[in-house]
Amino acid sequence: MAPSGGSLEGLYQQVILDHAKEKHGHGLREPVLDAALAVGSGQSRQYNPLCGDEVTLRVAVSGLEGPIPGRRVEDLSWAGEGCSISQAATSVLYDLVVGHPVEEALRIVGDYRAMLRSRGEAEPDEEVLGDAVAFAGVSRHANRVKCAILGWTAFEDALLRTETGARDGEVR
Amino acid sequence: MTVQTVPSPALSGSEVQRLRADFPILRRQIGSGAERTPLVYLDSAATSQRPSQVLDAERRFAETSYSAVHRGAHTLAGESTDAYEAAREAVARFVGMPVDGVVWTRNATEGINILAAALTDRSDGAAGALTLRPGDEVVVTEMEHHANLVPWQRACARSGATLRWIPLGDDGRLDLGALDDVIGPRTKVLAFAHVSNVLGTINPVAELVRRARAVGALTVLDACQSVPHLPVDLTALGVDAAVFSGHKMLGPTGIGVLAARPDLLNALPPVVTGGSMVEVVTMTTATFREAPQRFEAGTPPVSQAVALHAAVDYLSAVGMDRIAAREDELAQRLLAGISAVPGVRVIGPAEPRDRIATVAFAVDDVHPHDVGQVLDAAGIAVRVGHHCAQPVHRRYGVNSTTRASAYLYTTDDEVDAFVAALGAVRGFFGRN
Repeated sequence: MAPSGGSLEGLYQQVILDHAKEKHGHGLREPVLDAALAVGSGQSRQYNPLCGDEVTLRVAVSGLEGPIPGRRVEDLSWAGEGCSISQAATSVLYDLVVGHPVEEALRIVGDYRAMLRSRGEAEPDEEVLGDAVAFAGVSRHANRVKCAILGWTAFEDALLRTETGARDGEVR
Repeated sequence: MTVQTVPSPALSGSEVQRLRADFPILRRQIGSGAERTPLVYLDSAATSQRPSQVLDAERRFAETSYSAVHRGAHTLAGESTDAYEAAREAVARFVGMPVDGVVWTRNATEGINILAAALTDRSDGAAGALTLRPGDEVVVTEMEHHANLVPWQRACARSGATLRWIPLGDDGRLDLGALDDVIGPRTKVLAFAHVSNVLGTINPVAELVRRARAVGALTVLDACQSVPHLPVDLTALGVDAAVFSGHKMLGPTGIGVLAARPDLLNALPPVVTGGSMVEVVTMTTATFREAPQRFEAGTPPVSQAVALHAAVDYLSAVGMDRIAAREDELAQRLLAGISAVPGVRVIGPAEPRDRIATVAFAVDDVHPHDVGQVLDAAGIAVRVGHHCAQPVHRRYGVNSTTRASAYLYTTDDEVDAFVAALGAVRGFFGRN
């Protein structure tokens, strides 16, 4: 395992520090469910029992009546408590997927996951990952990978739940 | 027995320096290249580091005498059994319990689980006098480690007993004003921490034991954070049972102690059964040995017991009273240093009275994981998270904290280096 001491700037890129403060998409909101566009929403709550961090993420997707290639991420909002890595990662996710086709969003999530699991070996594609390449340094810190993935896991789970409109973490 | 009237002097700076030479890991550097920096280990409340004396004792035993204990007629079996039982005697002396009341466990958590399971065992049909029943109450405190909370939750779920707790006050200490309400004739067990692993608070054991005894309740002491740091005499404290772990007191992982009144242990049914703990076994029945073997089924942690023996010898040679006096100084220095950093709030008693040198704190607008990461870059090892005590954190309105915990090998310079690094944390994240 790579020693973690001394590589603070490699871990905390300026992009991460900025997103941790600005938190794009932060604050859960009710999406506009436009019936004409077949918009549905899903929500997921993810919890890290090791540190007690949590995120609740809500997503709205259009084109639900058709096949997956026609679907688009219309909105994403989230709330939660966590370290700067987890907050920034969820903020960057918002920028990368809102307004984009679901298929593209899933490709980004796949690339992001692969980068985080690479133990510093991957050369991430900035064309695909955009600002998320700033999290490449996290892959060298095994104990922080979970922080960077929490909100993204919530996004994947929330996407699945758009099929049924299920809202995890909510009393119905 | 001698009565101590003059407080023992704390370990001096030069004594601390000398004993640090016994701990190989304290020579470790953290980071690489120009950023290499000496390790500052402030996570002893999670697990302590081991001196060469402990490491060497285990190795020497493995190289000269190791074999199965309590069986076999060969020389090594005799030597191993002697070493294993000598360790039990040393630990019994160290905490003031009869040797027959010292049960080796895997860790302190297992010790509490054994008690909670034995007190809810109904497998013999008629429940014993100690068996928990509906209407009984088990009392814990709001400051417990999950290890002294969840086993009692489960015990209550199994038995129909009710779990109650002594609440925490705003000052990081138990609200003793609530005792009259919480402890009463229905109370059958009072299980509480001697010292909080988050707040550092030392609880008034004598008062709590007095209240429990007045209603005939058993007392179970979680001594994980006291036995390593304070002189502890369990018989003088009057508790019925206590648990602690080897790895927090210079010993190895994989061994803990359940220390209890032998007559109490013998009145309880065994929990883990199998070899080594039985007398006569037929195809349908078994009778059980008396404590401590009653609770030691299977091959025990022999090597770990030998190493723990070396650890208590080491602590005794330094002197627990001198260690406690030194840690008082460290607690003062830590508290003063942390409190002086802007935007940092101590979670726990703010004054260095009846508390140990374990200090949890919250940094405004910076998550503990981020605090720990910045400190690590300066070579400083602290614990971040909820420290297996979520209710304590909830009580003080935080999800998690950063915790610095010192031990006999901690220097003033290390505390100062930690405080200086902590002072730079909020700036690093652009918080002013």
